[in-house]
Amino acid sequence: MDTSLTLLLLLAPFIGFLFNVFFGKSIGKSASGILGTLTVATSFATSVYFFMQISQTHQAIQIQLFDWIQISNFKVDFGFLLDQLSILWLLFVTGIGSLIHLYSISYMHDDENMHKFFAYLNLFIFFMITLVIGSNLLVLFIGWEGVGLCSYLLIGFWHKNQDFNDAAKKAFIMNRIGDLGLLIGIFIIGSMFSTLDYATLKTAITGTTNLNITWISIAAFALFIGACGKSAQIPLYTWLPDAMAGPTPVSALIHAATMVTAGIFMITRLNYLFDLAPDVQNIIAIVGAVTSLVAATIALVQTDIKKVLAYSTVSQLGLMFLALGLGAYEVAVFHVITHAFFKACLFLGSGSVIHALHGEQDMRKMGGLKKVMGITFFTFLISSLAISGIPPFSGFFSKDEILMVAFEHNKVLWIIASLASLMTAFYMFRLLYLTFFNEFRGTAEQKSHLHESPSLITFPLIVLAILATIGGLISLPTNSWLNEYLAPLFAKASHEAHHFGTTEYALMAVAVLGGLIGIGIAYAKYIKQNIVPEEDSQITGFAKVLYNKYYVDEIYDAIFVQSINSLSKFFNQYVETTLSSLVFGLGKVTNELGFQGKKIQNGSIGRYLFAFVLGICAIITYLFLAQ
Amino acid sequence: MNNILNEIGIENYIFLSTILFSIGVFGVLYRRNAIIVFMSIEIMLNAVNLLFVAFSTYHQDAQGQIFVFFSMAVAAAEVAVGLAILVSIFRNLGSIDINKLKNLKG
Amino acid sequence: MNVSLILIILLVGAFATYIAGDKLASKVALFFGIAALGCSVVLLNHFNLGENISFLSQWINQPHVSFSLNADGLSMAMVLLTAALTPIIIFTSFGTEHKNAKAFYALILFMSFAMVGTFLAADGLLYYIFWELSLIPIYFIALIWGNGDAEERKKAVVKFFIYTLAGSLFMLVAFIYLYQKAGSFLIEDLYKLNLSATEQLWIFLAFFLAYAIKIPIIPFHTWQANVYQKAPAVGTMLLSGIMLKMGLYSVIRWQLPIAPLAAKEYMNIFIALGIAGVIYGSIVALRQKDLKKLLAYSSLAHVGLIAAGTYTLTIDGLRGAVLQMIAHGFVVVGLFFVSEIIYRRYATGTIAEMGGIRTQSPKFASMFMILVLASVALPTTFNFVGEFTVLYSLSQINVWFAILGGTTIILGAYYMLKMYQQVMLGETNTKAFADVSLNEGLALVLIIALLFFFGLYPKPITDLITPSLENIIKVINRA
Repeated sequence: MDTSLTLLLLLAPFIGFLFNVFFGKSIGKSASGILGTLTVATSFATSVYFFMQISQTHQAIQIQLFDWIQISNFKVDFGFLLDQLSILWLLFVTGIGSLIHLYSISYMHDDENMHKFFAYLNLFIFFMITLVIGSNLLVLFIGWEGVGLCSYLLIGFWHKNQDFNDAAKKAFIMNRIGDLGLLIGIFIIGSMFSTLDYATLKTAITGTTNLNITWISIAAFALFIGACGKSAQIPLYTWLPDAMAGPTPVSALIHAATMVTAGIFMITRLNYLFDLAPDVQNIIAIVGAVTSLVAATIALVQTDIKKVLAYSTVSQLGLMFLALGLGAYEVAVFHVITHAFFKACLFLGSGSVIHALHGEQDMRKMGGLKKVMGITFFTFLISSLAISGIPPFSGFFSKDEILMVAFEHNKVLWIIASLASLMTAFYMFRLLYLTFFNEFRGTAEQKSHLHESPSLITFPLIVLAILATIGGLISLPTNSWLNEYLAPLFAKASHEAHHFGTTEYALMAVAVLGGLIGIGIAYAKYIKQNIVPEEDSQITGFAKVLYNKYYVDEIYDAIFVQSINSLSKFFNQYVETTLSSLVFGLGKVTNELGFQGKKIQNGSIGRYLFAFVLGICAIITYLFLAQ
Repeated sequence: MNNILNEIGIENYIFLSTILFSIGVFGVLYRRNAIIVFMSIEIMLNAVNLLFVAFSTYHQDAQGQIFVFFSMAVAAAEVAVGLAILVSIFRNLGSIDINKLKNLKG
Repeated sequence: MNVSLILIILLVGAFATYIAGDKLASKVALFFGIAALGCSVVLLNHFNLGENISFLSQWINQPHVSFSLNADGLSMAMVLLTAALTPIIIFTSFGTEHKNAKAFYALILFMSFAMVGTFLAADGLLYYIFWELSLIPIYFIALIWGNGDAEERKKAVVKFFIYTLAGSLFMLVAFIYLYQKAGSFLIEDLYKLNLSATEQLWIFLAFFLAYAIKIPIIPFHTWQANVYQKAPAVGTMLLSGIMLKMGLYSVIRWQLPIAPLAAKEYMNIFIALGIAGVIYGSIVALRQKDLKKLLAYSSLAHVGLIAAGTYTLTIDGLRGAVLQMIAHGFVVVGLFFVSEIIYRRYATGTIAEMGGIRTQSPKFASMFMILVLASVALPTTFNFVGEFTVLYSLSQINVWFAILGGTTIILGAYYMLKMYQQVMLGETNTKAFADVSLNEGLALVLIIALLFFFGLYPKPITDLITPSLENIIKVINRA
């Protein structure tokens, strides 16, 4: 029963994918969209069933299908593990996934390759489910690489545009750098514990005392690099903003709600391993904090609506990593969930705006949309409040917990994180004001076409906005359902023991105040003074550095891409030709010897006879001497 | 039996044979006319034949003499073939100067 | 019933194809190719049931040479690879007209015959004869039916021929030396030899020269790219799909067990050489302007990793190497077929003249994409299984080997996706591009299906090869 339901859960989107690939074109756009949505909804329904089951039994479900890869002293099964963590992930992956599928039916309706889009979306969900429910690290790796592939396919969905293709390629390769890290981590774990299976691994690690901490730290670090690639942390974050080249639902699904949380999933999954490597945990916390701040500063000045959201995603992921690094896994998971709600809502909202403006993404050409797009505006506002950490919206609770954990451990990290939060509030409301308030700044022609999006688009927005509002309920500061639910996963006791005193309330107040300050500054600038960001050419000073994202892309390009290319040039022009001419040289030497030797045999019989007689004389002399 | 070697010593035959052979070698190396080269080769052959006969008598063994018959028969055949080749060369090239025969060159 | 039957079928097939005449040649060849495949599957079945399917008979008395064909799991796996790829390769050429087709197809079967012989031979001299025999048909196939300028082609092909032949001569010398010592060419006698470390080193190097040129391992690879480019698609497929694997197979079968001391002593050097090939090949591939040349360098990179795996001398390394050999055989045949499909339509191999094909031929684009992904070892494809195992074995020797060898998953993705982007994506090409025909599609689908099946369920192959590889490891560790 469990096995077949798990297979249904996993394979429903895959069947949707196959069907859309082979018959999508012939059954028509709406049908292929509805089919795609239904398959994901099926998975969601199954996930809900499993959720109900596990809430009662508290028993993880283990399923083994067959042997997959054989290594000298252990086997890797093709199997699944449905426990609290994976089911939680399943719920929001398939749940938000269904909403985004629904949204895409309307959003992508004008695209000639809509069936392909749905096929890729289905495939993505399939791989994401594989990632989440795999019972060992290698099945996770299937999903891990698979979602990278789907993200490549979806970013490059409009493949006639080579810039989009470049972005897709970049995302894939950046991800692969992380994947190598993950693989190395898997190798080390495999050779240390002779297993890749989570359950066995957990017993092996938690049950043994004299472990080689150096190697565990190296493994943890390698795994963290993998997480950096997938979850867009410094130094591997640059692909995510570029990934906005894909259609907006893709940005919502992959680059906000689901795929980028894979790194957090993996680290949470292996929390017992990371607990043993405090140095690596520190690195994770620092990288997370720095990423959140750097990304937030870049987001301050971006003018492309999706770019702002992209950097905001990187920044929020940084906060989650901060929590992970501090060992507060359940807090990170909590933020993953609330973030999935409001960020998906924000992306879909921006999609609704872009849809209304026929592809315009520059905020300088928007404005005043509040009047025409009421629902979009309202949901956007709720999500912005949530991400800014204003109570009682969900983001307030999750972010507050992160800040509190940071404050407990390290004041510097807390300051960085608080700064990032303040900036978040500012740039989100900058976005909101520029887009929805004041007068419309686009062309008259665009203005005449302005409209609220159809209900297929607004319905998911409303659902997500509701979730973004009430999502905080799952983990209230005093009574956390989530922490109880996740407790079996963690080796160490939960952090939730901290009692609620004045410090906590003060911290909470500071956080909310920070958010309000950010909003206030944005209000002063963009509503009171009605400032519109300058044209690209007029941006100067530090703002220009920020606008150009600290020139990180250019630096990477110069250091890595260019050097590899020039190395390639060098190899091709010099090494290859030298090696080749060495081989040819050998041939030439032989040839030359023959050419010289040929001169002796010039064909004159007289000479031949002379040589002949000389030869006989030589032989006779030799025989004489030999005697 | 009266042995002729009692009157003229074996060394004389060897000397004569050596001189004849050297004349042959010299002719082969020095002359350009193919027919004369040919004749020189015959002289060399006959020098060897002479030596065969001489040693045959010296050792009181008839085998050497029998071998001379073989050698002469082969020489006769060789002359026949060789002369035929020379005639055909002359027809083709209008000369039997061996220095002009350079077609063997690779 | 024994393995010589496959050889007989292929040899008879070659003659029958030649006699059948130009019109029927391709079909007759396909028939015999499939017959050989069927025969090898039947034999595999017998083998799995534990029957003895080896063949041994006296051949030459002095020197003592026997016609000995020994089928163990490793050989059977390689024979199956050859037998499966041969009909596919023959089938891929159905779309092109060949002058003197009867000779062309007969040569393919003959080549297949020689390669199967190489994989089965258990007598040094017999093995050597098959090894050299396989060179002759590919020489003619590349020389006569190749493309591009005839003079250039001749230069490349003759270089290849002489180069590999010269390398092989050192192997012959090694065999003669071994015969002096053992009084027999039989592999089990050679395995039993107790040679001194110096002797082993020389023999190891002599073998290495032969194999390094054939595989090829850098810096002995210079023949490769040009021949791949100049040879007809079928020739390139035979070369890259099967013939390269002869070298790798021979490393496992002959070089390592005969000279284990040298192998152990200098292991790190040879692993490093293989990994250098991975990085070098990938980087050189980045700037190739010709599709087939790019694939050639990618092949250099993959094969370097396989070679590194074999020199680890661990069961994981050998198993991963064999799995990857088979996976690479299929994927590279698929990719060269893709380049041939493009060549049929655009009559060019230059990447710059392509682009914007995807919109015109969605089916072709998807299948090409899948092959690209398989080539960069995406999980669930067969290549991942092999690459993962090889990299794991490298990580057991030294983590740095795994990291450096693992750059293939980054660099490989880089050049393959860059190539795919330049060839397939972008604005729709002005020249029309017909989507794959039924025949073309069938061949590609077959390859893709195999890649996915064994990617998810490699157990049959693993079970087949593991016992024989364990035996070889035992022989290596005998001293």
